[in-house]
Amino acid sequence: MSLKTNRDHRVSPIVESLPPSGIRKFFELVANTKGVISLGIGEPDFVTPWHIREACLYSLEQGYTMYTSNSGLPELRSEITKFLVRSYELDYDYDKEIIVTIGASEAVDAALRAIITPGDEVIIPEPSYVSYMPCAVLAGAEPIIVDTFARDDFRLKPEHIERKITPKTKAIILCYPNNPTGAVMGREDLEEIAALAVENDLIVISDEIYSELTYNGRHVSMASIPGMKERTILVNGFSKAWAMTGWRIGFAAGPEDIIGAMVKIHQYTILCAPVMAQMAALEALKNGGDEVEKMVLQYDQRRRFVVNRLTEIGLDCFEPRGAFYAFPSVKITGMNSGEFAEELLREEKVAVVPGDAFGRAGEGFIRISYAASMKNLTKAMDKIEAFVGRRVKTVSNLCQV
Amino acid sequence: MIVRKRILELLENDSKLTDYQISTMLGMKKEEVKKEIGEMEEEGIILRYSTLVNWEKAGVEKVSALIDVKVVPQRDVGFDEIAERIYRFPEVRSVILMSGGYDLSVEVMGKSIKEVARFISQKLATIEHVQSTMTHFVLKRYKQHGVILNDKEKDRRQVICP
Repeated sequence: MSLKTNRDHRVSPIVESLPPSGIRKFFELVANTKGVISLGIGEPDFVTPWHIREACLYSLEQGYTMYTSNSGLPELRSEITKFLVRSYELDYDYDKEIIVTIGASEAVDAALRAIITPGDEVIIPEPSYVSYMPCAVLAGAEPIIVDTFARDDFRLKPEHIERKITPKTKAIILCYPNNPTGAVMGREDLEEIAALAVENDLIVISDEIYSELTYNGRHVSMASIPGMKERTILVNGFSKAWAMTGWRIGFAAGPEDIIGAMVKIHQYTILCAPVMAQMAALEALKNGGDEVEKMVLQYDQRRRFVVNRLTEIGLDCFEPRGAFYAFPSVKITGMNSGEFAEELLREEKVAVVPGDAFGRAGEGFIRISYAASMKNLTKAMDKIEAFVGRRVKTVSNLCQV
Repeated sequence: MIVRKRILELLENDSKLTDYQISTMLGMKKEEVKKEIGEMEEEGIILRYSTLVNWEKAGVEKVSALIDVKVVPQRDVGFDEIAERIYRFPEVRSVILMSGGYDLSVEVMGKSIKEVARFISQKLATIEHVQSTMTHFVLKRYKQHGVILNDKEKDRRQVICP
Protein backbone atom coordinates (compact mmCIF):
# COMPACT_ATOMS: atom_id res chain seq x y z
CA MET A 1 0.00 0.00 0.00
CA SER A 2 1.51 3.33 -1.02
CA LEU A 3 0.64 6.24 1.19
CA LYS A 4 0.55 9.92 0.45
CA THR A 5 1.61 11.92 3.44
CA ASN A 6 -0.28 15.07 2.66
CA ARG A 7 -3.01 17.04 4.34
CA ASP A 8 -5.66 15.85 1.89
CA HIS A 9 -6.17 12.94 4.19
CA ARG A 10 -7.80 13.99 7.41
CA VAL A 11 -8.32 10.33 8.18
CA SER A 12 -5.54 7.87 7.61
CA PRO A 13 -5.92 6.02 4.30
CA ILE A 14 -5.12 2.82 6.16
CA VAL A 15 -8.13 3.31 8.40
CA GLU A 16 -10.23 4.36 5.42
CA SER A 17 -9.27 1.16 3.66
CA LEU A 18 -10.78 -0.93 6.45
CA PRO A 19 -14.24 -2.28 5.65
CA PRO A 20 -17.02 -0.85 7.80
CA SER A 21 -18.41 -3.44 10.16
CA GLY A 22 -20.42 -5.78 7.95
CA ILE A 23 -23.34 -5.89 10.32
CA ARG A 24 -23.74 -2.19 11.04
CA LYS A 25 -26.61 -1.75 8.58
CA PHE A 26 -28.28 -4.91 9.74
CA PHE A 27 -27.87 -3.81 13.34
CA GLU A 28 -29.82 -0.63 12.60
CA LEU A 29 -32.53 -2.66 10.93
CA VAL A 30 -32.86 -4.92 13.98
CA ALA A 31 -32.67 -2.05 16.45
CA ASN A 32 -35.53 -0.32 14.63
CA THR A 33 -37.80 -3.37 14.60
CA LYS A 34 -40.01 -3.88 17.63
CA GLY A 35 -40.48 -7.22 19.39
CA VAL A 36 -37.48 -8.98 17.87
CA ILE A 37 -36.14 -12.23 19.27
CA SER A 38 -32.43 -11.85 18.70
CA LEU A 39 -30.25 -14.88 18.12
CA GLY A 40 -27.61 -12.53 16.80
CA ILE A 41 -25.79 -11.72 20.01
CA GLY A 42 -22.19 -12.82 20.41
CA GLU A 43 -22.12 -12.67 24.18
CA PRO A 44 -23.50 -14.76 27.05
CA ASP A 45 -27.12 -14.19 28.08
CA PHE A 46 -26.03 -14.78 31.66
CA VAL A 47 -25.09 -11.87 33.88
CA THR A 48 -21.69 -12.18 35.59
CA PRO A 49 -22.07 -14.55 38.59
CA TRP A 50 -22.91 -12.62 41.75
CA HIS A 51 -19.85 -13.69 43.75
CA ILE A 52 -17.66 -12.08 41.08
CA ARG A 53 -19.65 -8.84 41.05
CA GLU A 54 -19.65 -8.86 44.84
CA ALA A 55 -15.88 -9.28 44.95
CA CYS A 56 -15.55 -6.20 42.77
CA LEU A 57 -17.82 -4.20 45.07
CA TYR A 58 -15.75 -5.31 48.03
CA SER A 59 -12.52 -4.29 46.31
CA LEU A 60 -13.96 -0.82 45.68
CA GLU A 61 -14.90 -0.56 49.34
CA GLN A 62 -11.35 -1.50 50.20
CA GLY A 63 -10.08 1.33 48.06
CA TYR A 64 -8.71 -0.58 45.06
CA THR A 65 -8.94 2.34 42.66
CA MET A 66 -5.34 2.81 41.60
CA TYR A 67 -3.09 1.74 38.70
CA THR A 68 -1.66 -1.72 38.88
CA SER A 69 1.64 -2.90 37.47
CA ASN A 70 1.62 -2.63 33.67
CA SER A 71 1.31 -6.33 33.09
CA GLY A 72 -1.45 -6.71 35.70
CA LEU A 73 -1.83 -7.53 39.40
CA PRO A 74 0.77 -10.17 40.34
CA GLU A 75 -1.91 -12.18 42.20
CA LEU A 76 -4.04 -12.27 39.06
CA ARG A 77 -1.13 -13.25 36.83
CA SER A 78 -0.27 -15.97 39.30
CA GLU A 79 -3.86 -17.30 39.24
CA ILE A 80 -3.77 -17.21 35.43
CA THR A 81 -0.66 -19.42 35.41
CA LYS A 82 -2.42 -21.85 37.79
CA PHE A 83 -5.42 -21.91 35.44
CA LEU A 84 -3.13 -22.74 32.50
CA VAL A 85 -1.43 -25.50 34.48
CA ARG A 86 -4.66 -27.17 35.55
CA SER A 87 -6.32 -26.75 32.15
CA TYR A 88 -3.49 -27.66 29.77
CA GLU A 89 -0.47 -28.55 31.94
CA LEU A 90 1.15 -25.43 30.53
CA ASP A 91 3.75 -23.83 32.77
CA TYR A 92 4.30 -20.07 32.40
CA ASP A 93 6.30 -17.64 34.51
CA TYR A 94 3.72 -15.18 35.82
CA ASP A 95 6.34 -12.47 36.03
CA LYS A 96 7.64 -12.56 32.46
CA GLU A 97 5.24 -14.58 30.32
CA ILE A 98 1.78 -13.26 31.21
CA ILE A 99 0.09 -9.95 30.45
CA VAL A 100 -3.38 -8.87 31.59
CA THR A 101 -5.18 -6.96 28.84
CA ILE A 102 -8.38 -5.05 28.07
CA GLY A 103 -10.21 -8.16 26.92
CA ALA A 104 -8.82 -10.71 24.51
CA SER A 105 -9.27 -8.03 21.82
CA GLU A 106 -6.43 -5.89 23.10
CA ALA A 107 -4.28 -9.00 23.45
CA VAL A 108 -4.76 -9.83 19.76
CA ASP A 109 -3.98 -6.25 18.75
CA ALA A 110 -0.88 -5.99 20.96
CA ALA A 111 0.32 -9.43 19.83
CA LEU A 112 0.14 -8.40 16.18
CA ARG A 113 1.84 -5.07 16.77
CA ALA A 114 4.53 -6.78 18.83
CA ILE A 115 5.56 -9.14 16.05
CA ILE A 116 4.76 -7.44 12.74
CA THR A 117 7.29 -5.70 10.55
CA PRO A 118 5.38 -3.78 7.85
CA GLY A 119 4.86 -6.04 4.87
CA ASP A 120 4.75 -9.27 6.84
CA GLU A 121 1.94 -11.61 5.91
CA VAL A 122 -0.51 -12.96 8.44
CA ILE A 123 -2.73 -15.91 7.66
CA ILE A 124 -6.30 -15.54 8.84
CA PRO A 125 -8.76 -18.40 8.41
CA GLU A 126 -12.36 -17.38 7.72
CA PRO A 127 -15.20 -17.39 8.59
CA SER A 128 -13.84 -15.70 11.68
CA TYR A 129 -14.49 -13.03 14.23
CA VAL A 130 -14.38 -9.63 12.59
CA SER A 131 -11.38 -7.99 14.23
CA TYR A 132 -8.39 -10.07 13.12
CA MET A 133 -8.09 -8.70 9.61
CA PRO A 134 -8.41 -5.01 10.61
CA CYS A 135 -5.97 -5.47 13.50
CA ALA A 136 -3.46 -7.10 11.16
CA VAL A 137 -3.82 -4.23 8.66
CA LEU A 138 -3.44 -1.61 11.39
CA ALA A 139 -0.27 -3.37 12.54
CA GLY A 140 1.09 -3.01 9.01
CA ALA A 141 0.65 -6.62 7.97
CA GLU A 142 -0.74 -8.02 4.77
CA PRO A 143 -3.71 -10.21 5.74
CA ILE A 144 -3.87 -13.48 3.82
CA ILE A 145 -7.39 -14.84 4.03
CA VAL A 146 -7.82 -18.59 3.99
CA ASP A 147 -11.28 -20.08 3.61
CA THR A 148 -12.49 -23.00 5.69
CA PHE A 149 -15.41 -25.16 4.69
CA ALA A 150 -18.49 -26.89 6.07
CA ARG A 151 -17.25 -30.20 4.60
CA ASP A 152 -14.30 -30.03 7.04
CA ASP A 153 -16.58 -28.95 9.89
CA PHE A 154 -14.92 -25.55 9.41
CA ARG A 155 -11.61 -26.79 10.80
CA LEU A 156 -8.41 -25.37 9.35
CA LYS A 157 -6.66 -28.05 7.28
CA PRO A 158 -2.95 -27.86 6.42
CA GLU A 159 -3.76 -28.08 2.70
CA HIS A 160 -5.72 -24.81 2.99
CA ILE A 161 -2.67 -22.88 4.11
CA GLU A 162 0.32 -24.76 2.68
CA ARG A 163 0.15 -22.92 -0.63
CA LYS A 164 -0.40 -19.58 1.08
CA ILE A 165 2.84 -19.70 3.05
CA THR A 166 5.53 -17.48 1.53
CA PRO A 167 8.90 -16.24 2.82
CA LYS A 168 7.00 -13.19 4.10
CA THR A 169 4.54 -15.18 6.20
CA LYS A 170 5.00 -14.27 9.83
CA ALA A 171 2.03 -15.62 11.72
CA ILE A 172 -1.25 -17.52 11.70
CA ILE A 173 -4.23 -16.38 13.74
CA LEU A 174 -6.34 -19.23 15.07
CA CYS A 175 -9.65 -18.95 16.89
CA TYR A 176 -10.98 -22.29 18.12
CA PRO A 177 -13.59 -22.91 19.43
CA ASN A 178 -14.62 -20.65 16.60
CA ASN A 179 -16.89 -17.68 16.35
CA PRO A 180 -19.05 -17.83 14.17
CA THR A 181 -19.01 -21.54 13.27
CA GLY A 182 -18.68 -23.28 16.64
CA ALA A 183 -15.91 -25.42 15.12
CA VAL A 184 -13.22 -26.86 17.38
CA MET A 185 -9.76 -28.18 16.54
CA GLY A 186 -8.81 -31.46 18.21
CA ARG A 187 -5.26 -32.42 19.13
CA GLU A 188 -4.60 -34.05 15.76
CA ASP A 189 -5.99 -31.08 13.83
CA LEU A 190 -3.72 -28.77 15.79
CA GLU A 191 -0.70 -31.02 15.32
CA GLU A 192 -1.03 -30.77 11.55
CA ILE A 193 -1.03 -26.98 11.69
CA ALA A 194 1.74 -27.00 14.30
CA ALA A 195 3.97 -29.03 11.97
CA LEU A 196 3.64 -26.33 9.32
CA ALA A 197 4.29 -23.58 11.85
CA VAL A 198 7.47 -25.25 13.07
CA GLU A 199 8.65 -26.08 9.57
CA ASN A 200 8.19 -22.49 8.39
CA ASP A 201 9.13 -20.79 11.65
CA LEU A 202 5.73 -19.13 12.09
CA ILE A 203 4.17 -17.62 15.17
CA VAL A 204 0.64 -18.67 16.07
CA ILE A 205 -1.69 -16.20 17.73
CA SER A 206 -4.23 -18.54 19.26
CA ASP A 207 -7.39 -16.80 20.42
CA GLU A 208 -8.89 -19.35 22.80
CA ILE A 209 -11.54 -17.08 24.31
CA TYR A 210 -14.18 -19.82 23.99
CA SER A 211 -11.94 -22.54 25.46
CA GLU A 212 -14.16 -23.29 28.45
CA LEU A 213 -17.24 -23.57 26.25
CA THR A 214 -16.28 -26.87 24.67
CA TYR A 215 -18.76 -29.76 24.55
CA ASN A 216 -18.09 -33.50 24.22
CA GLY A 217 -14.48 -33.33 25.28
CA ARG A 218 -11.97 -30.84 26.58
CA HIS A 219 -10.36 -27.94 24.80
CA VAL A 220 -6.80 -28.49 23.59
CA SER A 221 -4.57 -25.41 23.58
CA MET A 222 -2.28 -24.83 20.62
CA ALA A 223 0.48 -23.91 23.09
CA SER A 224 0.33 -27.42 24.57
CA ILE A 225 1.29 -29.10 21.27
CA PRO A 226 4.97 -30.13 21.45
CA GLY A 227 7.22 -27.45 19.95
CA MET A 228 4.50 -24.80 19.99
CA LYS A 229 4.80 -23.09 23.37
CA GLU A 230 7.83 -21.14 22.21
CA ARG A 231 5.99 -19.87 19.12
CA THR A 232 2.43 -19.46 20.38
CA ILE A 233 0.81 -16.36 21.80
CA LEU A 234 -2.06 -17.83 23.75
CA VAL A 235 -4.91 -15.34 24.09
CA ASN A 236 -7.80 -15.90 26.46
CA GLY A 237 -10.06 -13.94 28.75
CA PHE A 238 -13.02 -13.88 31.04
CA SER A 239 -15.78 -12.60 28.76
CA LYS A 240 -17.30 -15.84 27.56
CA ALA A 241 -16.75 -18.49 30.23
CA TRP A 242 -17.46 -16.22 33.18
CA ALA A 243 -20.00 -14.03 31.35
CA MET A 244 -17.85 -10.93 31.84
CA THR A 245 -17.95 -9.25 28.42
CA GLY A 246 -18.49 -5.70 29.66
CA TRP A 247 -15.62 -5.90 32.16
CA ARG A 248 -13.13 -5.93 29.28
CA ILE A 249 -10.59 -8.22 30.87
CA GLY A 250 -8.39 -10.81 29.19
CA PHE A 251 -4.82 -11.99 29.02
CA ALA A 252 -2.05 -13.36 26.87
CA ALA A 253 0.58 -15.95 27.70
CA GLY A 254 3.65 -16.50 25.59
CA PRO A 255 7.42 -16.43 25.21
CA GLU A 256 9.19 -13.82 27.32
CA ASP A 257 10.46 -11.73 24.40
CA ILE A 258 7.04 -11.37 22.80
CA ILE A 259 5.13 -10.78 26.03
CA GLY A 260 7.81 -8.23 26.95
CA ALA A 261 7.17 -6.43 23.66
CA MET A 262 3.43 -6.55 24.26
CA VAL A 263 3.89 -5.08 27.74
CA LYS A 264 5.89 -2.27 26.16
CA ILE A 265 3.02 -1.40 23.78
CA HIS A 266 0.46 -1.85 26.53
CA GLN A 267 2.29 0.42 28.98
CA TYR A 268 2.31 3.28 26.48
CA THR A 269 -1.23 2.85 25.15
CA ILE A 270 -3.24 1.40 28.03
CA LEU A 271 -0.99 1.60 31.09
CA CYS A 272 -2.88 -1.20 32.80
CA ALA A 273 -6.22 -2.99 32.73
CA PRO A 274 -8.77 -1.46 35.13
CA VAL A 275 -8.09 -2.62 38.66
CA MET A 276 -11.73 -3.38 39.47
CA ALA A 277 -12.00 -5.70 36.49
CA GLN A 278 -8.74 -7.34 37.56
CA MET A 279 -10.10 -7.89 41.07
CA ALA A 280 -13.24 -9.45 39.59
CA ALA A 281 -11.17 -11.69 37.33
CA LEU A 282 -9.14 -12.81 40.33
CA GLU A 283 -12.34 -13.94 42.06
CA ALA A 284 -13.51 -15.65 38.86
CA LEU A 285 -10.35 -17.76 38.67
CA LYS A 286 -10.26 -18.54 42.38
CA ASN A 287 -13.91 -19.44 42.96
CA GLY A 288 -15.74 -19.37 39.64
CA GLY A 289 -15.44 -22.98 38.50
CA ASP A 290 -18.88 -24.19 39.62
CA GLU A 291 -20.69 -21.32 37.95
CA VAL A 292 -18.87 -21.95 34.67
CA GLU A 293 -19.83 -25.60 34.85
CA LYS A 294 -23.50 -24.70 35.33
CA MET A 295 -23.48 -22.30 32.40
CA VAL A 296 -21.69 -24.80 30.15
CA LEU A 297 -24.33 -27.42 30.98
CA GLN A 298 -27.07 -25.03 29.92
CA TYR A 299 -25.30 -24.00 26.71
CA ASP A 300 -24.81 -27.66 25.88
CA GLN A 301 -28.51 -28.45 26.35
CA ARG A 302 -29.55 -25.51 24.19
CA ARG A 303 -26.94 -26.46 21.60
CA ARG A 304 -28.43 -29.93 21.20
CA PHE A 305 -31.92 -28.51 21.00
CA VAL A 306 -31.00 -25.93 18.36
CA VAL A 307 -29.00 -28.32 16.17
CA ASN A 308 -31.84 -30.84 16.34
CA ARG A 309 -34.42 -28.26 15.37
CA LEU A 310 -32.28 -26.93 12.52
CA THR A 311 -31.94 -30.44 11.15
CA GLU A 312 -35.71 -30.96 11.38
CA ILE A 313 -36.32 -27.64 9.68
CA GLY A 314 -34.06 -28.83 6.86
CA LEU A 315 -31.22 -26.34 7.34
CA ASP A 316 -28.04 -28.31 6.97
CA CYS A 317 -25.90 -27.82 10.08
CA PHE A 318 -22.76 -29.58 11.19
CA GLU A 319 -22.54 -30.24 14.91
CA PRO A 320 -20.78 -27.32 16.59
CA ARG A 321 -18.60 -28.56 19.44
CA GLY A 322 -17.73 -25.23 21.01
CA ALA A 323 -18.63 -21.58 21.68
CA PHE A 324 -22.37 -20.84 21.59
CA TYR A 325 -23.09 -20.70 17.90
CA ALA A 326 -24.68 -22.88 15.27
CA PHE A 327 -23.80 -22.09 11.66
CA PRO A 328 -26.36 -23.68 9.35
CA SER A 329 -26.41 -23.42 5.57
CA VAL A 330 -29.39 -21.63 4.04
CA LYS A 331 -28.74 -22.87 0.49
CA ILE A 332 -31.95 -24.91 0.49
CA THR A 333 -33.94 -21.65 0.53
CA GLY A 334 -32.24 -20.32 -2.59
CA MET A 335 -31.33 -17.13 -0.74
CA ASN A 336 -27.96 -15.72 0.19
CA SER A 337 -27.02 -14.96 3.80
CA GLY A 338 -28.02 -11.32 3.72
CA GLU A 339 -31.39 -11.92 2.05
CA PHE A 340 -32.19 -14.71 4.46
CA ALA A 341 -31.37 -12.61 7.52
CA GLU A 342 -33.24 -9.55 6.32
CA GLU A 343 -36.36 -11.38 5.19
CA LEU A 344 -36.42 -13.53 8.32
CA LEU A 345 -36.26 -10.36 10.38
CA ARG A 346 -39.01 -8.68 8.37
CA GLU A 347 -41.36 -11.65 8.25
CA GLU A 348 -40.78 -13.38 11.57
CA LYS A 349 -38.95 -10.82 13.71
CA VAL A 350 -36.11 -13.19 14.42
CA ALA A 351 -32.59 -11.78 14.14
CA VAL A 352 -29.61 -13.90 13.08
CA VAL A 353 -26.29 -12.69 11.70
CA PRO A 354 -25.62 -13.28 7.99
CA GLY A 355 -22.58 -15.52 7.62
CA ASP A 356 -20.82 -13.26 5.13
CA ALA A 357 -20.28 -10.75 7.96
CA PHE A 358 -17.50 -13.13 9.00
CA GLY A 359 -15.82 -13.34 5.60
CA ARG A 360 -16.67 -14.60 2.13
CA ALA A 361 -16.44 -18.22 3.29
CA GLY A 362 -19.47 -17.50 5.47
CA GLU A 363 -21.68 -16.68 2.48
CA GLY A 364 -24.60 -19.10 2.31
CA PHE A 365 -24.68 -19.55 6.08
CA ILE A 366 -26.20 -17.77 9.05
CA ARG A 367 -24.90 -17.55 12.58
CA ILE A 368 -27.37 -18.50 15.28
CA SER A 369 -26.33 -17.68 18.82
CA TYR A 370 -27.85 -19.97 21.43
CA ALA A 371 -26.84 -17.61 24.21
CA ALA A 372 -30.58 -17.08 24.64
CA SER A 373 -33.28 -18.54 26.89
CA MET A 374 -34.88 -21.88 25.98
CA LYS A 375 -38.18 -20.02 25.72
CA ASN A 376 -36.82 -17.66 23.08
CA LEU A 377 -34.93 -20.42 21.29
CA THR A 378 -38.08 -22.52 21.10
CA LYS A 379 -40.14 -19.62 19.73
CA ALA A 380 -37.44 -18.53 17.32
CA MET A 381 -36.95 -22.04 15.93
CA ASP A 382 -40.70 -22.36 15.29
CA LYS A 383 -40.61 -19.06 13.43
CA ILE A 384 -37.56 -20.07 11.39
CA GLU A 385 -39.36 -23.31 10.57
CA ALA A 386 -42.39 -21.42 9.25
CA PHE A 387 -40.16 -19.07 7.26
CA VAL A 388 -38.04 -21.81 5.70
CA GLY A 389 -41.19 -23.84 5.00
CA ARG A 390 -42.60 -21.02 2.91
CA ARG A 391 -39.33 -20.45 1.04
CA VAL A 392 -38.63 -24.05 0.27
CA LYS A 393 -42.16 -24.46 -1.09
CA THR A 394 -41.61 -21.46 -3.36
CA VAL A 395 -38.28 -22.84 -4.54
CA SER A 396 -39.70 -26.28 -5.36
CA ASN A 397 -42.68 -24.71 -7.14
CA LEU A 398 -40.30 -22.68 -9.27
CA CYS A 399 -38.36 -25.83 -10.07
CA GLN A 400 -41.51 -27.60 -11.25
CA VAL A 401 -42.32 -24.70 -13.55
CA MET B 1 -28.91 -41.96 37.50
CA ILE B 2 -27.26 -38.93 35.92
CA VAL B 3 -30.00 -38.93 33.28
CA ARG B 4 -32.68 -38.77 35.95
CA LYS B 5 -30.82 -35.99 37.73
CA ARG B 6 -30.59 -33.97 34.51
CA ILE B 7 -34.29 -34.45 33.73
CA LEU B 8 -35.24 -33.42 37.26
CA GLU B 9 -33.04 -30.32 37.15
CA LEU B 10 -34.68 -29.24 33.90
CA LEU B 11 -38.22 -29.90 35.15
CA GLU B 12 -37.61 -28.27 38.52
CA ASN B 13 -36.65 -25.12 36.67
CA ASP B 14 -39.39 -25.31 34.02
CA SER B 15 -42.07 -27.96 34.32
CA LYS B 16 -43.62 -26.87 31.03
CA LEU B 17 -40.72 -28.31 29.01
CA THR B 18 -42.05 -30.96 26.68
CA ASP B 19 -40.69 -34.50 26.40
CA TYR B 20 -39.39 -33.51 22.99
CA GLN B 21 -37.47 -30.49 24.30
CA ILE B 22 -36.00 -32.47 27.17
CA SER B 23 -34.98 -35.30 24.88
CA THR B 24 -33.14 -33.03 22.45
CA MET B 25 -31.52 -31.02 25.23
CA LEU B 26 -30.13 -34.19 26.81
CA GLY B 27 -29.42 -36.07 23.60
CA MET B 28 -31.95 -38.81 24.40
CA LYS B 29 -34.89 -40.42 22.63
CA LYS B 30 -38.28 -38.90 23.35
CA GLU B 31 -39.64 -42.29 24.40
CA GLU B 32 -36.83 -42.73 26.94
CA VAL B 33 -37.61 -39.37 28.51
CA LYS B 34 -41.31 -40.18 28.65
CA LYS B 35 -40.56 -43.51 30.30
CA GLU B 36 -38.17 -42.04 32.88
CA ILE B 37 -40.60 -39.27 33.81
CA GLY B 38 -43.48 -41.74 34.07
CA GLU B 39 -41.44 -43.95 36.36
CA MET B 40 -40.38 -41.06 38.54
CA GLU B 41 -44.00 -39.98 38.89
CA GLU B 42 -44.90 -43.56 39.92
CA GLU B 43 -42.05 -43.72 42.42
CA GLY B 44 -43.02 -40.44 44.03
CA ILE B 45 -39.83 -38.72 42.96
CA ILE B 46 -41.80 -36.22 40.91
CA LEU B 47 -44.61 -35.13 43.24
CA ARG B 48 -46.37 -32.53 41.16
CA TYR B 49 -45.93 -29.87 38.49
CA SER B 50 -46.63 -26.55 40.14
CA THR B 51 -46.29 -22.86 39.43
CA LEU B 52 -44.26 -20.39 41.44
CA VAL B 53 -46.55 -17.38 41.99
CA ASN B 54 -45.74 -13.89 43.16
CA TRP B 55 -49.02 -13.51 45.10
CA GLU B 56 -48.21 -10.01 46.19
CA LYS B 57 -47.97 -8.87 42.58
CA ALA B 58 -51.18 -10.75 41.80
CA GLY B 59 -52.87 -8.58 44.42
CA VAL B 60 -53.95 -11.53 46.53
CA GLU B 61 -53.59 -11.01 50.27
CA LYS B 62 -51.82 -13.89 52.03
CA VAL B 63 -50.28 -13.99 55.45
CA SER B 64 -47.47 -16.38 56.36
CA ALA B 65 -45.70 -17.13 59.56
CA LEU B 66 -42.64 -19.20 60.34
CA ILE B 67 -42.98 -20.86 63.72
CA ASP B 68 -40.14 -22.35 65.74
CA VAL B 69 -41.68 -25.29 67.60
CA LYS B 70 -40.05 -27.07 70.52
CA VAL B 71 -41.41 -30.54 71.12
CA VAL B 72 -40.79 -33.49 73.42
CA PRO B 73 -39.65 -36.36 71.20
CA GLN B 74 -41.53 -39.59 71.70
CA ARG B 75 -39.95 -42.96 72.46
CA ASP B 76 -39.53 -45.16 69.34
CA VAL B 77 -40.98 -42.66 66.87
CA GLY B 78 -38.87 -39.61 67.80
CA PHE B 79 -40.12 -36.49 66.07
CA ASP B 80 -41.96 -38.19 63.22
CA GLU B 81 -45.30 -38.71 64.92
CA ILE B 82 -45.55 -35.21 66.25
CA ALA B 83 -44.47 -33.83 62.86
CA GLU B 84 -47.30 -35.78 61.27
CA ARG B 85 -49.82 -34.38 63.74
CA ILE B 86 -48.73 -30.97 62.54
CA TYR B 87 -48.33 -31.44 58.79
CA ARG B 88 -51.78 -32.96 58.37
CA PHE B 89 -53.31 -29.50 58.88
CA PRO B 90 -53.95 -27.89 55.46
CA GLU B 91 -52.93 -24.49 56.87
CA VAL B 92 -49.41 -25.84 57.29
CA ARG B 93 -47.28 -25.27 54.17
CA SER B 94 -44.09 -26.92 55.32
CA VAL B 95 -42.63 -28.77 58.28
CA ILE B 96 -38.88 -29.17 58.67
CA LEU B 97 -36.91 -30.82 61.48
CA MET B 98 -34.08 -28.50 62.46
CA SER B 99 -30.86 -28.76 64.37
CA GLY B 100 -30.19 -26.06 66.96
CA GLY B 101 -32.29 -24.24 69.52
CA TYR B 102 -35.67 -25.64 68.52
CA ASP B 103 -36.96 -28.72 66.74
CA LEU B 104 -39.55 -28.08 64.04
CA SER B 105 -39.77 -25.15 61.70
CA VAL B 106 -43.39 -24.81 60.59
CA GLU B 107 -44.71 -22.50 57.91
CA VAL B 108 -48.36 -21.56 58.20
CA MET B 109 -50.32 -19.61 55.63
CA GLY B 110 -53.71 -17.95 55.99
CA LYS B 111 -55.86 -15.12 54.74
CA SER B 112 -55.23 -12.79 57.69
CA ILE B 113 -53.02 -12.37 60.73
CA LYS B 114 -56.02 -13.22 62.87
CA GLU B 115 -56.61 -16.48 61.08
CA VAL B 116 -52.96 -17.52 61.37
CA ALA B 117 -52.79 -16.47 65.01
CA ARG B 118 -55.94 -18.42 65.81
CA PHE B 119 -54.51 -21.53 64.18
CA ILE B 120 -51.29 -21.28 66.16
CA SER B 121 -52.88 -20.64 69.52
CA GLN B 122 -55.80 -23.02 69.19
CA LYS B 123 -54.38 -25.87 67.12
CA LEU B 124 -50.59 -25.89 66.98
CA ALA B 125 -49.71 -24.81 70.54
CA THR B 126 -52.23 -27.15 72.09
CA ILE B 127 -50.93 -30.31 70.45
CA GLU B 128 -49.68 -32.76 73.05
CA HIS B 129 -45.86 -32.76 73.38
CA VAL B 130 -45.55 -29.29 71.83
CA GLN B 131 -43.54 -27.47 74.48
CA SER B 132 -43.38 -23.97 73.08
CA THR B 133 -43.88 -21.95 69.90
CA MET B 134 -42.18 -18.79 68.70
CA THR B 135 -44.01 -17.12 65.82
CA HIS B 136 -42.38 -14.90 63.17
CA PHE B 137 -44.70 -13.27 60.67
CA VAL B 138 -43.34 -12.87 57.15
CA LEU B 139 -43.04 -9.22 56.16
CA LYS B 140 -41.65 -9.47 52.66
CA ARG B 141 -40.37 -12.20 50.36
CA TYR B 142 -37.30 -11.44 48.28
CA LYS B 143 -36.35 -14.83 46.93
CA GLN B 144 -38.23 -18.09 46.90
CA HIS B 145 -37.24 -21.52 45.58
CA GLY B 146 -34.12 -19.96 44.11
CA VAL B 147 -36.09 -17.31 42.22
CA ILE B 148 -35.73 -13.58 42.90
CA LEU B 149 -39.29 -12.23 43.06
CA ASN B 150 -38.71 -8.73 41.74
CA ASP B 151 -35.60 -9.15 39.69
CA LYS B 152 -34.27 -5.92 38.25
CA GLU B 153 -31.82 -7.74 36.03
CA LYS B 154 -32.91 -7.95 32.43
CA ASP B 155 -31.35 -8.52 29.07
CA ARG B 156 -29.32 -5.37 28.52
CA ARG B 157 -27.28 -6.67 25.59
CA GLN B 158 -27.05 -4.95 22.22
CA VAL B 159 -29.53 -6.52 19.80
CA ILE B 160 -26.77 -7.71 17.49
CA CYS B 161 -23.07 -8.12 18.09
CA PRO B 162 -20.34 -10.06 16.32
